[in-house]
Amino acid sequence: MSSDTWPLWEVFVRSRRGLSHTHAGSLHAPDAEMALRNARDLYTRRMEGVSLWVVPSAAITASSPDEKDPFFESAADKPYRHPTFYEIPEGVKHL
Amino acid sequence: MTGTDTTTAPATAGAAVTAPAPTGADPAVTAAALALGDDALVLAQRLGEWAGSAPVLEEEVALANIALDLLGQARILLSLAGDEDELAFLREERAFRNLQLVEQPNGDFAHTIARQLYFSTYQRLLYAALAAGDGPLAGLAAKAVKEVAYHQDHAEQWTLRLGDGTEESRRRMQTACDALWRYTGEPFQPLGGLDVDPTTLETAWLDSVTAVLTRAGLTVPAGPRTGAWRAGAGRQGLHTESFGRMLAEMQHLHRSHPGATW
Repeated sequence: MSSDTWPLWEVFVRSRRGLSHTHAGSLHAPDAEMALRNARDLYTRRMEGVSLWVVPSAAITASSPDEKDPFFESAADKPYRHPTFYEIPEGVKHL
Repeated sequence: MTGTDTTTAPATAGAAVTAPAPTGADPAVTAAALALGDDALVLAQRLGEWAGSAPVLEEEVALANIALDLLGQARILLSLAGDEDELAFLREERAFRNLQLVEQPNGDFAHTIARQLYFSTYQRLLYAALAAGDGPLAGLAAKAVKEVAYHQDHAEQWTLRLGDGTEESRRRMQTACDALWRYTGEPFQPLGGLDVDPTTLETAWLDSVTAVLTRAGLTVPAGPRTGAWRAGAGRQGLHTESFGRMLAEMQHLHRSHPGATW
């Protein structure tokens, strides 16, 4: 087994209908069909899911830790972006 | 088993089963449950031998999963035939009724896959037919057939990849298919106590296995699987050389510490 012939795959599991697929972990497999079967064995043995996605890890573009500040910090001082920043006017019942 | 010919069997061999079947049970059904239960138990044990030494971790988990499915089937079937622990751990070799196919050693990975392809294809056909009937094993078969469909798919996927892989993987897969071919006649011998006659499943088995091997670029073995040179008298209690060692490993803890609990 090598990383050439057994590349890494990311596994996403949908736990129930109506929910979105959630990242569950990763595994090695020679191709997509086998990755799906390995994912079934590794991540859904205990009724965890009703649907599986596998994605080649190499196909994922991730944000870099070096870019953490420009990417995420500027949101830290903008509390007005949260709905809880605003007082709910009287008379609005369904928020 | 000292140098005796295990391929042609007198039906008289076999020690008495140590555990009596539940009273009131049809002896023919009990015998059938024992045979099918032993198939599942012995193959589960063989697959379990891969734990810690499978080619990759993912495949080890896959094989262990299949083994645990089979162990679950074995527990239900053996319970129909008597006390499951006594049957599994205290019987002598000659009292086991499993097919010779399932006791064959793991060999290389290709041998394990070929054995699984041959057996799961048979087991799926048998359980599907049992599930369609209303016999005493219909309920178990209906549940197990879904598990077995996955086992067959797993073996088929690997057969395709090994057969259509590298020159080395193709050679090994072909060798394994050839080596185990002679054990593939036994599953289709008549087995009493079932409302399905296994002989009627043989054509479908051949069609299915031939299709997979052909797709994998492998040659369907030409060796005998019927007639005088076929192997297989496991159902009569005659087993091949390596089976005794497997049993010793499976049974020694229970026999060394009778009544021990986990």
